[in-house]
Parts: sequence; structure tokens; C-alpha cells
Amino acid sequence: MLAYYGFKDGSGDWFLTIDTDKCNGCSKCVEVCPAGVLEVGEDEYDPFREEPVAKVKQEERKKIRYSCAPCRPGYENSPPPCAAACEPGAISHSEGWRLLYGR
Amino acid sequence: MVEVEKEVEFWRWPETAWVNPDIDWSKGKIITAGVDVGSVSSQAVVMVDGELYAYSNTRTGSDSPESAWKCMNMALNGTDMTADNLDYCIGTGYGRVNVPMAQQTITEIACHARGANFMYGPEVRTVMDMGGQDCKAINCDDRGKVLKFMMNDKCAAGTGRGMEVFADLIRIPVWEIGPRSFQVEKEPPMISSTCVVFAKTEVVGLLQEGVPENDIMAAYCAAMAHRIVELLNRLGIEEKFAITGGIAKNIGVVKRLEKELGIKTAELVWYDSKMRDKGLPFDTQIAGGIGAALFAKALLERGKAKSVRKA
Repeated sequence: MLAYYGFKDGSGDWFLTIDTDKCNGCSKCVEVCPAGVLEVGEDEYDPFREEPVAKVKQEERKKIRYSCAPCRPGYENSPPPCAAACEPGAISHSEGWRLLYGR
Repeated sequence: MVEVEKEVEFWRWPETAWVNPDIDWSKGKIITAGVDVGSVSSQAVVMVDGELYAYSNTRTGSDSPESAWKCMNMALNGTDMTADNLDYCIGTGYGRVNVPMAQQTITEIACHARGANFMYGPEVRTVMDMGGQDCKAINCDDRGKVLKFMMNDKCAAGTGRGMEVFADLIRIPVWEIGPRSFQVEKEPPMISSTCVVFAKTEVVGLLQEGVPENDIMAAYCAAMAHRIVELLNRLGIEEKFAITGGIAKNIGVVKRLEKELGIKTAELVWYDSKMRDKGLPFDTQIAGGIGAALFAKALLERGKAKSVRKA
């Protein structure tokens, strides 16, 4: 499942996407995130899944544009810490930051 | 003293309840319930062996537990079933953590996808849930499992509450807005503000300019449809496409949405084949409750939940 956490507003798309089929629940992303946006726990969207999965904390979902901004996702095409730490490549960011910081 | 005319609440939509006359619940093996306490409306759905037995659709009050009991009691009103007869109950919706009779909670996104799969058939791939204070675009598979989802809960544009506010402002009952929005000479340009508060200001301006009410309703419905299209395009639309939630009852928004997307919304397979003759008032708002009740049954059958039936 592709879980889009974040929002779309007049200034663009601000989504942190987690591919739950790829995520192995290793919580390396949680350790490296300087803003403490992520957590690992029960899959809220699939009641039958038993393995833990990475997700964006409930209280961060409406302000992700600002929480993720310091890592400048998309800047010089280098991945932000969470995506770099994710071995299965389950984490990605939407166009919003790329348009702001991208080269 | 001047007599003041009693204020009419134009947003106030009727509450409904229904019991399936063909089911004897005492003969059922698994009785499950789903209680969907939303930000604006609450629904309780009771299912006997995976068939719809009873439901109610009420307005949410200021107290979530009270709203949950209100809709559960309304659904079971006129039957000899009580909450003690339930094997398992799942709470969903915005107020799901405050549903006292529920043993477990599941997010409304998973429940709406599962419910739409039941109501509109397994061919449904895209579900748009237009809730009271948010809207969610969901892609799902043939079992109603969520594959992708996106949510707009940052603003009230394109939500049921936005439509209620508009009904109050224009002083026309909320259920008349859809049909009346088509009684226009030609389709007016849509309301340009995406924000409900600014849209309200824009509507006041149009009213003062003397623009006919029906034209303003058409402009508002078109704006709401356009907002949803933006979210759907971002996620990607696959047929069949179904809309759940309160706005699905507003033909003015649904028809304009179909026109803008160039696809039709899914037909009511389950309703047409089983429910139409029994007098079930079709309610798009119960999708979340149906999904929750079906999840409860599936969890019991897979041994992931234990029956709590007391009587």
C-alpha cells in the first residue's frame, strides 16, 4: 500500500509517501529523522497485517511541509536522511520540496 | 414586544434508521457491528452473518460516547436485540477512540474501502469518501484492501460541513441544493475561492449583486466537484469509481464531478439486487459502518478477535 501522509494546498503537494509493501519495520528511518516525524507501529490501514510498519505520527501529518523542510528533500537530488537510511527504498517525498529546493 | 420568527436550520438533514425484516438475528451465528462516529454524522451498522440487519444515521453531538450510544440505540430500536448480543464491535471515524461499545478501532479509510467494495461490488477500484470535515481518495483491490490513499483534512473545502454552511447562508434546505443547481439557464462560472470562509464571502457578494439562487448553487456545486477532481487526479482514478459519504447524496456535485472526470460513478449492485424491494432507504453514509462490521466478522473468523457476546 502507498500511504500518502501530508497534504496538498495552494502552494503545492507536500506528501511523505511510505510503501508499506516494501517497509520491513526496521525503524532506521525513525532513528535518523531529526524532526521526529516518523514512528513504527501497527498498520492502521490494514487490520490483518501483523508486522509493524513505519508511519508519520498523527500530530505531524498536517505540518509535514515544515517538519520535512530542514532536510530539503530533492535538493541536488540527494535523498533526505530517512530515504537514504531505508534499505528497501520505501520512503519518498512529493514534488513540493523538489520544486522549492531541487536543482 | 416584537415576535421573532423561529430560526429554521437549513443545514439540518433528516436522521434515518432501518431494520431488515427478513433476518431473524437470533438464528444468526456471527453478529457484528460497526460504529462510525464522524465529525458531523454518526452511523451504527449491525450485520448478521455478513448481511445487513440494521443501521442508523444520526448527527454527531458534542460528546462522542453519547453519539455512539445514540446511533447504536437508534439502529436497534424496534428490535429485541441489545448491544449485549453483539459478538464484536469495531469503532471507526474521527471519534473512533471514544466508542464505548467497541472492542477495537480501525481507521475510516480502511473501512470505507471495505464498505464500498460490499455496496458497489468488487470491481470498485477508486473510492472517494466525502466526509463531514475531510475528504479521502482511496485506491483499493477486489477485496476492498487499500492500495493507495490520500486525504485532505487541512481545509473544509469540498466537505459536507462546507455544504451545510452554504445551505444556511443561502437559506435553502441542504437536500434541495443538488436538484435546484440544475435549474439554471446556463452553467455559471464556479466559485473561485477554495476556502469555505472565503467562498462564503464570495456567495454573499453574489447574493447582493442579485445573482439568482439557483445559479449560486450551481457555482458552489461546481467548485466543490472541482476541488475533489484535483485530489483524485493526484492519486489517479481507475474505474469503477464510487463516492461514499454525505456529499454522494448531492446530485449537483456528483453529476458535475462525473462530467469533469469523464467517467460515471458505480451502480449500486448490492442495493439493486437485494435491498430495493425491502424498502431500504439507500444511504451512502453507512459505507464506513458496513466496512467496520465486515472487518469485525473477518477478524472473528480468522481467530484474531474473540467474541464478547454476553447474551
